Amino acid sequence: MTLSRGARAALAAVMAVGLAFVYVPLLVVLVSSVNTDRTFGWPPRGFTLDWWSRTWHNPGARDALATSVRAGLGATAVALVLGTMAAFAVGRYRFFGRDAVSILIVLPIALPGIVTGLALNSAVTTTLSPLGIGFGMTTVIIGHATFCVVVVYNNVLARLRRTGGSLEEASMDLGAGVFRTFWHVTLPAVRSALLAGALLAFALSFDEIIVTTFTAGPTVQTLPLWIFSNLARPNQAPVVNVVAAVLVIASAVPVWLAQRLSADTAGGRL
Amino acid sequence: MDHGLAADQGLSMLVARGRGAVRRLSAFLHRHPRVRLALLLAAPLVVLLVVYLGSLGALLLTALWSTDVFTGLLVHTVTLDNLSTVVTDATYRTVILRTVGVAMAVTVICAVLALPMAFFMAKVASPRTRRFLVVAVLTPLWASYLVKAYAWREMLAGHGVIDWALAPIGLRGPGFGLPATVLVLTYLWLPFMVLPIFAGLERLPDSLLDASGDLGAKAWRTVRSVVIPLAFPAVVAGAIFTFSLSLGDYITVQIVGGKTQLLGNLIQGNSGAANNLPLAAALAAVPVLLMVVLLLGVRRTGALDNL
Amino acid sequence: MTGMLTTGTRTRGIRAVAVAATAMMALAACGSGSSAGTTSGTGATKAAQGFTPPKLSALSKLGAPEKQLNIVAWAGYAEDGSTDPTVDWVTPFEKETGCQVNVKTAPTSDDMVNLMKTGQYDVVSASGDASLRLIAGGTVEPINTDLVPNYADVFDGLKMKPWNSVGGVAYGIPHGRGANLLMYNTDVVKPAPTSWSAVFDKASAYKGKVTAYDSPIYIADAALYLMKTKPALGIKNPYALDDKQFAAAVDLLKAQNADIGEYWSDYTKEISAFKSGDSVIGTSWQIIVNLAQADKAKVAVVLPSEGSTGWSDTWMVATKSQHKTCAYKWMDHIISPKVNAQVAEWFGEAPANSKSCAETTDKSFCDTFHAADETFFDQIWYWNTPITQCLDGRKNVTCKDYGAWTTAWQQIKG
Repeated sequence: MTLSRGARAALAAVMAVGLAFVYVPLLVVLVSSVNTDRTFGWPPRGFTLDWWSRTWHNPGARDALATSVRAGLGATAVALVLGTMAAFAVGRYRFFGRDAVSILIVLPIALPGIVTGLALNSAVTTTLSPLGIGFGMTTVIIGHATFCVVVVYNNVLARLRRTGGSLEEASMDLGAGVFRTFWHVTLPAVRSALLAGALLAFALSFDEIIVTTFTAGPTVQTLPLWIFSNLARPNQAPVVNVVAAVLVIASAVPVWLAQRLSADTAGGRL
Repeated sequence: MDHGLAADQGLSMLVARGRGAVRRLSAFLHRHPRVRLALLLAAPLVVLLVVYLGSLGALLLTALWSTDVFTGLLVHTVTLDNLSTVVTDATYRTVILRTVGVAMAVTVICAVLALPMAFFMAKVASPRTRRFLVVAVLTPLWASYLVKAYAWREMLAGHGVIDWALAPIGLRGPGFGLPATVLVLTYLWLPFMVLPIFAGLERLPDSLLDASGDLGAKAWRTVRSVVIPLAFPAVVAGAIFTFSLSLGDYITVQIVGGKTQLLGNLIQGNSGAANNLPLAAALAAVPVLLMVVLLLGVRRTGALDNL
Repeated sequence: MTGMLTTGTRTRGIRAVAVAATAMMALAACGSGSSAGTTSGTGATKAAQGFTPPKLSALSKLGAPEKQLNIVAWAGYAEDGSTDPTVDWVTPFEKETGCQVNVKTAPTSDDMVNLMKTGQYDVVSASGDASLRLIAGGTVEPINTDLVPNYADVFDGLKMKPWNSVGGVAYGIPHGRGANLLMYNTDVVKPAPTSWSAVFDKASAYKGKVTAYDSPIYIADAALYLMKTKPALGIKNPYALDDKQFAAAVDLLKAQNADIGEYWSDYTKEISAFKSGDSVIGTSWQIIVNLAQADKAKVAVVLPSEGSTGWSDTWMVATKSQHKTCAYKWMDHIISPKVNAQVAEWFGEAPANSKSCAETTDKSFCDTFHAADETFFDQIWYWNTPITQCLDGRKNVTCKDYGAWTTAWQQIKG
């Protein structure tokens, strides 16, 4: 489509404004992390690297980060398995209730987090607590997995729809069994979709706070929960800013890598 | 020596048997697609139906019960009191309408912002720039939600960044309140709108747009008549996210909303220390109903394929 | 409800929101409402009348330390260096006694009660509402104060209070106490306020810049104001409100809502609001005032003439604990002069041990927090759980319970 120079410029301007809108608050976070002021004053009163060194020596933040990573990996693993299975079922077969399955899978992410969290919390309290099973990492992973499944599902389904089943049929015509075909033919084709889905699922799980609040119980503290409890304490608030700044800077790397590795330039499907 | 050979033979027989079993299983599965389907669907459905729908159903069932004021335990007699309170009480009605209004505003603003951005990324930018832009849009998803909300609080505060930036033109920022809540929610959910639209526009063949141009349509006409209709399902897909995320949010409004309260705050207030789960469940039924209706409604637009 | 964090309310804030009327079974088992267990003096909250705690006996003597201790505590009460390497009073304890400490921080009183009920924890720092539930349910047992040498130095104003003792039997070791105060911007609010009327009847002078604590328990503050200004309503205890009294308090708060800029539920929010000028007057805690002043905000604080609401926590020992010697040693440790001073300074409250005042790094700490000032705390109505049985002893009416307070609070906010 040929666009006039003016139209291109206008679009580029909107893009720039949009990016500025997205990044200015993050810059404010960065500035706050070196501000001597403890409670988000503006304009910044002084410059200090104190908070950065404090964070470095803060085991609480590191532990929370490790917990979040574990929860994220667990949820992503579950989501990968369940999402792929469902995507294959819906993408390669025709059956009664196919639409219903799609809606069911979308439901956890379409319903507000507080509903999901509340539902899971009262379910665990009423059914599992009497058996002695309490809240913990498992409940957090299950809670996250419910809405991470859809992310993997969408990506894999989109890819399956694009590639069609003829390659698989050809493979089986040539004598390869079901498992062989899956391993050598199907999996490579959807690999990048799996990667994109996994990355987004991890990101969703990593930053999730509402469902986590209801499913973590007192023993598990993921990074968002740690941030939650520390933002309220003025001695700790600047440390939180540092952690956030580090997260943004550090996360650019895996996101970039995922982009390079995936043939699909689309950022993956939500 | 003999032992070794026998062991070898035993081992290779075992392996051969194993391979044979796999092959037979594979053949069986190949001939019985229904079994394959069942196996594929079993795990996800069990998890989603039992764990998710089960707990959701249990929660909604609780809305029909009540809490004994003395003991704090649930009373399992069915009563429509909670549901009717939610519908008839003036405060609850106001809050629900306010929340729906906020969600709609956020969705519309996000869509208006995201369309040109996504279009630029998908159709105008060069492939290298495109990749960079996708990363640029995706990376903020990793900055903590809470930190971003507090950053906005800092910016919106009296004499904060926004006041300071608007001062030269003699304006003041919105301060804390409902407009601020809409603004920050828009900010938080923007990537969720940009990505589906971008994915959708990327799939739009350039040839279609060229053809439209060839047929005499100027750029704006093409956008209006070709791009927007084709991108519509993707926009709806993004709208599902922004609408649902705004409908249940209770954290942002506490940080930048001043004294405003939204539906999420009502649900959360009743489910915590107040120990009034039936009322909380009745309130939670409202967004569930709204979203289910929305999801069923958008099925026809094909938005669900665009998520 | 286990595992629920109430948003924005951490540490003290969480405590406040956690005042809930769950599991009041034992309390509902009414005996005749005798006034045993109450103390005279306006400052004391009367214990819920008519409940008999289960017959349990305190430990008679300490044995050998059991090498382990599981604690349930509010965040900031049992610091082990993981928040800040210089803030650590757990490691010295472990070295001294050999009791390996595991701390579980709980965000609400409900969580604490539920955790203690599992029987897996040994000692808990309970707020005024949780403590009574724990006693009533037999989850915690009486304390033998002779086994806690430092108890002798605890301020008398904290000993044998209705929330940490029943019928003359001590059930816990006091941790500290604090009051809700009126904070104001010294540049804007002139002359200095002396009464809560500044945020109620006269609040329109600062329209849009008044702040209040974001919790249903704040209704007690309104009730306290009415108790002094409208005696005709007959309010004797701000936590025991019948329909008429409750409606009056709610109306007062609805009127106040028009002048409110925002309700606060964590320190950072309130401090940032006062610094930026978005709030100029409202309820606060001493710790918040100190932090705001340290950040160069122009604020001052006052205890208004009508008195105020406040809070006090107690360390209690689980009946089913397997590590009672370690538990007693912990309680003695946490109220020892040096450690209690550390905790009080880190957390921002008045210490329980009178000797702590000499140990604080800030020499005027105890003065600022009124630690030894009993006349100050006599005007404080400590947080308690509103239940349908009126806490002031009235038998002819029912009072509003915390569920009703929450619903009303949501109506007030609109």
